[in-house]
Amino acid sequence: MTPNQRGFVTLLKKEVMRFWAVLGQTVTAPVITALLYLLVFAQALSGRASAYDGISYTEFLVPGLIMMTVMQNAFANTSSSLIQSKVMGNLVFLQMAPLGPWEWFAAYVLAALVRCVLVASAMFIATLFFVPLPVHQPLAILAMFLLSAGSLAVVGLIAGIVSQKFDHIAAFTNFFINPLAFLSGVFYSVHALPPFWYTASHLNPFFYMIDGFRFGFFGHADVPILHSIAWSAGFFALASAVCMRMLITGYKMKR
Amino acid sequence: MTTSPSNALDIVGVRKSYGSLQALKGVEFSIPRGEFFGLLGPNGAGKSTLISIIAGLVQADAGQIAVLGHDTVGDFRRARRLLGVVPQELVFDPFFKVRDMLRIQAGYYGAGREVWPWIDEMLERLDLTSKANTSMRALSGGMKRRVLIAQALVHKPPVVILDEPTAGVDVELRRTLWQFMSDLHRQGQTVVLTTHYLEEAQEMCSRIAILDRGEVKALESTRQLLRRHPFRFLRVKLAGNAALPEALRELVASESDGSIELKLETGKHPIGSVFDALRDAGVAIEDVQTRDPDLEDIFVELTR
Repeated sequence: MTPNQRGFVTLLKKEVMRFWAVLGQTVTAPVITALLYLLVFAQALSGRASAYDGISYTEFLVPGLIMMTVMQNAFANTSSSLIQSKVMGNLVFLQMAPLGPWEWFAAYVLAALVRCVLVASAMFIATLFFVPLPVHQPLAILAMFLLSAGSLAVVGLIAGIVSQKFDHIAAFTNFFINPLAFLSGVFYSVHALPPFWYTASHLNPFFYMIDGFRFGFFGHADVPILHSIAWSAGFFALASAVCMRMLITGYKMKR
Repeated sequence: MTTSPSNALDIVGVRKSYGSLQALKGVEFSIPRGEFFGLLGPNGAGKSTLISIIAGLVQADAGQIAVLGHDTVGDFRRARRLLGVVPQELVFDPFFKVRDMLRIQAGYYGAGREVWPWIDEMLERLDLTSKANTSMRALSGGMKRRVLIAQALVHKPPVVILDEPTAGVDVELRRTLWQFMSDLHRQGQTVVLTTHYLEEAQEMCSRIAILDRGEVKALESTRQLLRRHPFRFLRVKLAGNAALPEALRELVASESDGSIELKLETGKHPIGSVFDALRDAGVAIEDVQTRDPDLEDIFVELTR
């Protein structure tokens, strides 16, 4: 292993150890929250007709909930790690180390993916007790999981770079992540929306992430899977380009 | 001025401004390998800005810095592997224990298990062995300071910068750190020290730069710097608290506990002339002491 590779692996390990040290907050808590959503919505809307033939509303709900939780946790992992290091001042240890922008980027994003794998697996297993999910296209599930979790991890990294205090991260979460996540068709099919909101939903990248992920389970979706993959890949590429530019130039990181 | 691999640090025309404030105005000097170098200056002189630029925490507006010939921007990976910086602030990662933190820090620099024995040795030398498995957040300020020093040295850098390592630490720890820094220097490491304890710099540094308002005001060996001061000091206690003759009043540097310190310019004010003036005025001397100027006198002279 070259020194550069070892530096990257160390940062990745450290980031995994960081969320592992508080697994109750970083994995268990979001899974429980999502299961509560499932319990409440499945009970309240169990009589509601599903968007797709032969699929119950509870079944319809589960992939969206898993993906929404994954996206929120991907964002939380990178953003909270970076802002904590900034506020505590220990980011200097990383900044003084011989690590390049790519190593920062890859280590933070991969660590978030590890957390998301744990969250998604825990949710998938837990929801089996409510409703067993079919798996129609495992590759689509994997692709959408990686693109969506990756995208939100990168957005979290951008938020961490731009923010100077915890309030800024909270603003990102409350005014950007949560609205886009809740208005992305997690709890409903966009076909049920009035025309304006139907069109607006198609401009929300989170909609494609959830719709494409759901396709992997049922083989049905609101838009073709290739559209979802293209939108998600495009969003990931755009966010990554912005993030890399910030890391290379030291934006808000170097005084 | 160009950079050279024979120098531990080359600082060439470094400028940095924050808005209208010019923190560094074209700072330029070199530190040869193996030197124990003092970087002194009052608060706001630009010391920490300069160290932050060397460490890669701050971007200079202009200029170049090289560590053992490796540019800190163009060849940052090599430069940073050759450099260890102890930051001034007591920063720590609360998620980890002391030994884990040091191993992680070593990993960032590409060092693996081969440095684990060195980490244990440092823990012992810095009296941290009993705290190796303690969470960073549970350590006292002094202990955290020791861990900061160990963190800067995990990758065995040949050039070490200590930014006020003894600020706010007790006497015992200060002595431990002095011993530790001296040992590092004896082993061939280049040590750059910033401190507000001028006796510490005078004792340990072979060469000193005095920075003030973003400019290098002096850059000399400690001995030359001390000789540069054209004064010596004479402290007299006059019998019966007699008044000092008018002719000597302009020489008074300070007064305390009934004794008066006179600042005498070499060649212009021989000590004998002071005694003559006192005798002529009929003033008896109860006690007398002389002292050479120390670094503090020179520092005050250069930065006022």
